[in-house]
Amino acid sequence: MRSTAHAFKDNVGEALRNANLQRSLSTMKVGFVERRQGAVERMPEFEALRDRARDIKNHALAHLDFYLERFEKKVLALGGHVHWAPTAEDARRIVLDLCRQANARTVAKAKSMIAEEIGLNEHLEAHGIAPIETDLGEYIIQLRQEPPSHIIAPAVHLTKDQVADTFHEHHAKLGFARRLTERNDLVAEAREVLRRKFQEADVGITGANFLVAETGSSMLVTNEGNADLSNTLPKTHIVVASIEKVIPTLEDAAALLRVLARSATGQEWSSYTTFNTGPKRKGDPDGPESYHVVLLDNGRSNVLGTEMQDMLRCIRCGACMNHCPVYGAIGGHAYGWVYPGPIGAVLDPQLLGLEEAGNLPNASTFCGRCESVCPVRIPLPKLMRHWREREFERHLTPPTVRKALGLWAFLAKRPLLYRAATGIANRAMALFGRAEGRYDALPLAGGWTTHRDMPAPQAGGTFHAQWKARGGATR
Amino acid sequence: MSAREQMLGAIRRGLRRGELSGEARAAAEARLAHHPVNIVPKRSQIARARQIDLFEEGAKAVHATVARVAGGAVAGAVIDYLAANNLPAAAVMAPDPALDRYGWKDRPMLEIRRGLPVDADRVAITGAFAGVAETGTLIFTSGPDHPTSLNLLPETHIVILREDGIVGAYEEVFVRLRARYGAGAMPRAVNTVTGPSRTADVEQQLELGAHGPRRMHILIVRD
Ligand code: SF4
Repeated sequence: MRSTAHAFKDNVGEALRNANLQRSLSTMKVGFVERRQGAVERMPEFEALRDRARDIKNHALAHLDFYLERFEKKVLALGGHVHWAPTAEDARRIVLDLCRQANARTVAKAKSMIAEEIGLNEHLEAHGIAPIETDLGEYIIQLRQEPPSHIIAPAVHLTKDQVADTFHEHHAKLGFARRLTERNDLVAEAREVLRRKFQEADVGITGANFLVAETGSSMLVTNEGNADLSNTLPKTHIVVASIEKVIPTLEDAAALLRVLARSATGQEWSSYTTFNTGPKRKGDPDGPESYHVVLLDNGRSNVLGTEMQDMLRCIRCGACMNHCPVYGAIGGHAYGWVYPGPIGAVLDPQLLGLEEAGNLPNASTFCGRCESVCPVRIPLPKLMRHWREREFERHLTPPTVRKALGLWAFLAKRPLLYRAATGIANRAMALFGRAEGRYDALPLAGGWTTHRDMPAPQAGGTFHAQWKARGGATR
Repeated sequence: MSAREQMLGAIRRGLRRGELSGEARAAAEARLAHHPVNIVPKRSQIARARQIDLFEEGAKAVHATVARVAGGAVAGAVIDYLAANNLPAAAVMAPDPALDRYGWKDRPMLEIRRGLPVDADRVAITGAFAGVAETGTLIFTSGPDHPTSLNLLPETHIVILREDGIVGAYEEVFVRLRARYGAGAMPRAVNTVTGPSRTADVEQQLELGAHGPRRMHILIVRD
C-alpha cells in the first residue's frame, strides 16, 4: 500500500470533516473499550498473563535465529516449503512466482497485515492474478478500493448504508439485483458471493498470528472462519508472516492467545483459532497439496538490539488504537499507511523512514493509555518520544515548531525573562477567555481549538507567581 | 549469499552474537523438548463435573446450543434438533468410526451420508477431539476420519462430544495431542472453534454465520 503518512496533517483535516467516519468512531470507542474491560475483569490472572506474554516474546526475540531455523526444519520435514524474504520486494516476487507455478487466476486471501505491508494485492493484480479478500471487512473495502482503517476492524469507518450501496453496485452483475437494507441480509449475500470465490480460488493466502517452532505450525485467529476456508479449499496454501511471529511452543501460544483475543475484541477466545502444519497428509480427504511459508524481514532485523526492539513484541491486537484519544478522533486512514494508532506511530517510521512517517509520533498526547492496555507491555509513549528526538536531531521538524521550541528553551534558561514573558501571556489570555473558563479559538492555534477547547488560565497568575505567593523556594 | 543466510546474519548482528551456542542453546532446546506450562487460569482447575458445566456455559455464551444426552439417545436428539429448527432430516457425517455406535441405522427417516460436504448439504455431524472448559471451545483435528471442510461449509454443525473429551485448559489438549500424534507433531489442521462463525464488520454489530456455520449444536454424551 502506498503511504500518505507524509501528508498526515491534511489527512487529519479530512478525517475530522468526515461525518460518517466520526459517527463510526464514536460507537467503536465504547464497544471495544467496554468489551475488553469486561473480559479482563473475568480473568483474574490477566495482569500476570501480560507479564508472561511479554517475557515469551522477549525470549523469542533473543533467540530469533534459533527458533526460525527450528520452525523451518519442521515445515520441511512435513513436505512444506519455507522462503526467506529480506525485503518487501522479495516477498512479492516469491508469492507471485508461487501463484504462477500454481497457474493461479484467482487467490482467496484472508486478512493479513503483512500482505498489506508489502503491497501484495496491487502486485498480483498488476500481473493478472485476482486476489479476493475474504474477511468481510476487507472484502467491503476491497470493493470500495479503500485501505483498511483499523488492523482488526478494517471497515470500521463505514456505515451499513455505505456497505449496502457498495454491495448493490458490485453484486448486481452476479445476480443479486436487490439493494439490501438489513445487516444480516448483507452478511448472507457476502457469504454466498464469497463461497463461490472460495471454490474457484487456486491459491489461499493467509497471514499468521504466531509460528510455533516446536511443531512447525502457523497459527491464525479469525471470527468468520474465512482463513480456515482459505487454507482448506485451494490446492496451494501460502502463509506470509514476518520473522518476529515465531514463538517456541504450543504452551507459549496458549499464553499469548489468552491475552490476544481479550485485548482485541474482549472475547475469551476467538471463534476460529487454527494451527496449520504442513500440506495435506496421506489419507486426508481435504487440505492443500502444497504449503509454503514466506518469512519477511523488511527492516525488522535492524531493530533487534536497539532501544526500539520492544516494538517487535507487538501481537497486533489493536488495543492501543482502541484506547487512543488521537485515533478515536481521526480514525486509521489519516495515519496514511498500514499500521495506524500508537503502534503505527512507532512502526511506520521504522518501516517507511522518518522522512515519510516522522509526523506520526507527534500525534500523541502521551496520556499513556496505549501502554496501560498493551498485552505485551510495549512502552509505546517512550518509543514515540524516541522518534520525536530523532526527528528533531535530524532537523526534520517544521521550522515553526523548531522556532517555538527554540524560543521556549531560550526563555526557560533565563528565569527572570521567562516569568516576565509568561506573566504577560497569562494576563493576555485571561483577558480573552476567563469569562467562560476556556477558549474555543486562539490566535495561532486554530488547529488545536477546532476539535477541542483550550482551558483558560484560572485567576491567580502563572505557576511561578503562585508558587512564590505560597512561599515556595525560587532561584 | 542466500536470502536465508542474509536474514539469519542480520538477526545475529542485531543480537550481537554468532549462531546460538553453549548453555543458551541448550536452554532453548530444553524449552522445545519440555514445553513448560505458563500460567493456567484457575477457573478451569475444578472438579470434573464442574468442568463440564463450565464448558457448557462457555459454549452457550458464544451462541452455541448444548444438550446433554446418553449414548443411546444421540440419534433421537439429532432428529429432534433438526425438526425443531425446520431443517431437513438429512446430514453429511464425518467418516469417523467412533460415530458408528450411535445407532443411526435404526433411524431410517434420518438420511445420512459419510464423507466430504457438497454445496447442497445443510447439516454436518462430526465428533470432536476435545472440548476445553476454560472457554467452551471445541478442538477438531484433520485426518481421514474428519475432513476439515465439514466444520466449515454446511450452515449447521452438530458436534458429538463425549464427556471424557472435555478437559480444563488448553494445556491439557496439548498433552492429548502429543500422546496421539507424537512429540512435536500435529495433524495438518487443528481447528479450535468457539461457537458458530461470526462477524462484527458492519457497524460493529454481531452477525452469525459469516463464512462458517450459522448454528452450532453440541451434544455432550454421558460416559
Ligand atoms: S502495540 Fe500492544 S496494544 Fe498495540 S497492537 Fe501491538 S500488542 Fe496490541
